[in-house]
This record gives sequence, structure tokens and C-alpha cells, in this order.
Amino acid sequence: MIKQISIFASNEPGQIIKVTDALSSQGIDIRAMCVADTQDFGIIRLIVSDTIKAKEALSSHKCVVSTTDVLGIKIPDKTGATKKPLELLANNGINIDYMYAFITVSKEFAYLVLRVQDTENAEKILAQAGIELLTQEEVENL
Amino acid sequence: MSKYFSPEVETASREELDKLQTERLIEQVKHVYDNVPLYRERMDKLKVKPEDIKSLDDLKKLPFTSKQDLRDTYPYGMFAVPMSEVTRIQASSGTTGKQIVVGYTDDDLDVWDTCCARQLVAAGATKEDKVHVSYGYGLFTGGLGLHGGSHKLGCTTIPVSSGNTARQLTIMKDFGSDVLGCTPSYAMYLGESAAKAGIDTSKLPLRIGIFGAEPWTEEMRRNIEKSLNIKAYDIYGLTEICGPGVAYECAEQKGMHVNEDHFIIEIIDPETGEPKPDGEKGEIVFSCLTKKAFPLLRFRTKDIGIITHEKCACGRTFVRMSKPLGRVDDMLIVRGVNLFPSQIEAVLLGMNHSPNYQIIVDRSGSLDSIEVDIEMNEEHFSDKTSDITKMEKDLENEFKSALGITPKVKLVSPDTIPRSEGKAVRVVDKRKVYEDK
Repeated sequence: MIKQISIFASNEPGQIIKVTDALSSQGIDIRAMCVADTQDFGIIRLIVSDTIKAKEALSSHKCVVSTTDVLGIKIPDKTGATKKPLELLANNGINIDYMYAFITVSKEFAYLVLRVQDTENAEKILAQAGIELLTQEEVENL
Repeated sequence: MSKYFSPEVETASREELDKLQTERLIEQVKHVYDNVPLYRERMDKLKVKPEDIKSLDDLKKLPFTSKQDLRDTYPYGMFAVPMSEVTRIQASSGTTGKQIVVGYTDDDLDVWDTCCARQLVAAGATKEDKVHVSYGYGLFTGGLGLHGGSHKLGCTTIPVSSGNTARQLTIMKDFGSDVLGCTPSYAMYLGESAAKAGIDTSKLPLRIGIFGAEPWTEEMRRNIEKSLNIKAYDIYGLTEICGPGVAYECAEQKGMHVNEDHFIIEIIDPETGEPKPDGEKGEIVFSCLTKKAFPLLRFRTKDIGIITHEKCACGRTFVRMSKPLGRVDDMLIVRGVNLFPSQIEAVLLGMNHSPNYQIIVDRSGSLDSIEVDIEMNEEHFSDKTSDITKMEKDLENEFKSALGITPKVKLVSPDTIPRSEGKAVRVVDKRKVYEDK
């Protein structure tokens, strides 16, 4: 299980830079980023090197922020590697609210970030099938 | 300690008040006729001479004054004394257009201070109290008005002015403020900020709040009283008449007593201008009885209210006015439905949403559209777009049942709704259905 930071943003220019500036001023690294948009607003979702510090920095910049537990999955950086974990979730009736992915320089692994209703249950199912899960500590030191 | 600052007038009989008002009105009408060209012209046109004004009943013969008149005579056209006698200038914030410039003689300032001291006493303040003034100082009448009242009463005045919330809270705690004066929306913000900063407001000496300069709801009052652990009092005033100190709540909190020895209040039908009796809703109109530098007659406030001459349990005999129930020029008619921003506010507070909102009304073809922008807060935020979209829908449904009209609801980032002098700009009517008069 890993921590994700989410930030509310009006749908207008300059909103994302406000977030990245707040983080860089505190020396916080962004591991992964995903922007969900609707017609009127967006939600910026981030995996960062220091969640607590990031939340503080953003709050002091008057951002509306929340922290959510999400599923972090480590898979080989190979064609077709996403199939196994996704199939497992689907076969167990677990719906994915949203998902995004990132890789690191090593190119050995790819990482999936998933938001599901019951994170603990999903983790159990994946772990039993031998899928590697990311821990918060690993994310911070990637 | 007395319950009243000026017991002899605040508890005078109706006959005594009528007599005092009549004498002062007769003198005031002469003063404005002789010194303000606009009034002389208007009265000549109506064929009314100062000597025709013999009783309070004759007030209705006098012309009205509108905000537009004050803009047209900007900056000093309504001043009734030579500038050498004007010892102070104040001006309105200009949220609704050109600034309104007003002046005071030394005597006018003394009257203003007295009026403001009365409202402090009515709220339970004494000269032993420390009065924390968070209204803005400067041209805005809020800061210097309450400051003058506090000084007059002999309180320890803390002239903090507006802004810098962290500093306000530190001063409140360390200096031991007993009485707070600011806008109700700022009081709400202070309450929220105190909670965030982990300040236990029940441990502070603060016990009284004097809030005005913008309309607020009873729900806001309860919210402020809880978060700041005080009793919150409503006051009413407007730059054109003197600033704060026109009317104020007593411990009964059943309307605001008008300082009748200095001001006459009337309720009129905004369409016909005809006076309305006690208990009937209409536009609030004020005349200044004693002010010499900027003495307005029958100034139309565009605020809607009700008055009552019924006896108040506090012992004051001054007529009471209701909280403004809306603005003549703020009442929106959207798709045929009458709508006051305060109704939108009540729904938002009822659902625990931020009171920082803006109503945007527009028209395409003959179809009105209404949008309510609301600042997002941590409490309602979710990482899922579907949750927020659902929240917008729920708000729309709530508005529909409360107002009979469905606005589009849009949640926006904090601090994105424009503010002017600390007041959020509540309504943007792009249709321009009201003339600026």
C-alpha cells in the first residue's frame, strides 16, 4: 500500500505549476503524476518522495489536499506484464476507480498505481498470486 | 455599569422622541435647503419650502436621495458646510461602482462616536473591556467608526485593522481581547483559523462580537458563536448615513435599535415610494437629523427590511429594524424566480460548505442561466472525480428544493472568488436587468 497525494484544481491555466512549485521549493521529488480532468475541475494525483512534507507544503500554498491509500504494483517492464494483475482483480470482481503507471531509469520494472474500493483485500489477492507490491518505503527511495 | 450609554434618550418616551425629531428635522431641512444645491432644486421642483416642514408627517413631502445622486455630485457636491469645517473624510469601498465620499464636522464625529459607543454598551461591553477592532482602518468607515465608539466609552482600544489572520489570533490571545469587531464573514474565518491553529477559544477572554458591514444569516451567527465561543451582535450602518452606529442589537436580539435622536428610519414601497407601516416589508430609507457636513434626507438604502415600534424588553424605546432581508438591487429574478444570495448562503452553510461563493447569472437568448461557484475545502475534497461530480449534483438538488430553481454548481479552488475590501463579490449579473440608479 502506498500514499497518494491529491490536489483539487480549478480548470484554468497555471494550476499545475502552483503545485509543482510548492513541491520543488521543499525539495520534494515527484515519482508519478496523473491529472484527471472534468469540464470544470481537475484532480492532480501524485506519488512523491515525502508525503507528509508535501501535504504541508501544499496546504501552506492554500491548496486543497488529501492523502489516499492506493495500490502500488511492481511488474517486469515487459510487453504483456500488466495482464496478470489486472486479470486477477477482474476475476475477483474488484473494480478499478482509476489507474496510472510509471517506470524508473532502471527499466527493469514498471509500476502500476491503482485506486480500488478495498485496498487491503486487493493486496491480499495479488500477494497470494505472487505479484510484488510496492511499499511506501520503497516508493520514497526509488 | 449602566445598561445604556445615553439612558435619557435611549429610553425616552415616544412623545419626547417625536418632539426631539421634529425640532431637529425642521432645522435640518433649512440647513440642507440653504447649503446643498441638489436639495434646493429638488424641493423647488416639488414646490416644498423648508417652512412647509412642521411635523414628522411632513417628511414624506421631501425628495428622496439615491446612490446615483451621490455619484453624480462626486466628490463634494452634497457637502453642506465649508471644507474648512470638515475635519474628516471617509468613503465607501466602491464595490458597486464609483466611490461615495462623505464628510464630518467635529460635532458630526462626536455624534458618530456616541452612536458607536451605544452599540458597544447594548452588546454588554463596559469601559473595562479591551476592544479588538478588525474592521479595516482607512476610508472604510468600519475601523475608525468602532474605534471612535470604543474610545468614547473608555474601553482599551486595540486598533488591529483587517487582515493577517495569524497575527489577529495571536493578539486576541496574548493581549486578551474581550470584544471583537469585524465583518461576520471574517469572524467565521477567524473561528475556522483558530480551530486549525489548535486554539481553544473557550479559554480566551473574548466574549462579545460586534459584526456588521455585510448581510449575514442566523446560521452564520450560530456558527460564529460556536467557533469563537462568544455572543455575536448584529449592527447596521452605511457610509452614506455615518458608517457603523446607525442601528444595533441589544441583549434581546430581536431587531436593531435605530439611533432615533440622530436618524429617522422609514420603510417605503420601492416601486411607489409610499411609506409602509410597522411590520410590512419594504425599502429602508434614512434621514440624518443632526449631521451637518453630509446631511442626507430620505436616502434610499436599497436594503429591504421591516420596522417595529413595539416595546423592547431591554427598555430602549428606539424603533427596531430587522436585519436587512435582501437588497432591492440584489434580488435576482432568474427564470421568474425571486432569489436572494442569502438563500444560497443558507443552503451552503446547511450543507457545511464554504460561505465563499459567487452567483453568476447570464442570459442566452431569453433563457437565464445561473451558476453558483463555491470554493472547495478539505472537508469535501475527494481524490475521485465521480465523488466531486456527485457533490455538485447533490448541491444542485438541494438548491432546487430550497429555491425552486436549479443552478449549475461549480466547485473552484480556494481563494479564487474575487474579494473586495474583504467582502466576497456575491453576485455577477451579466444580464444587467437593473439600471444603475
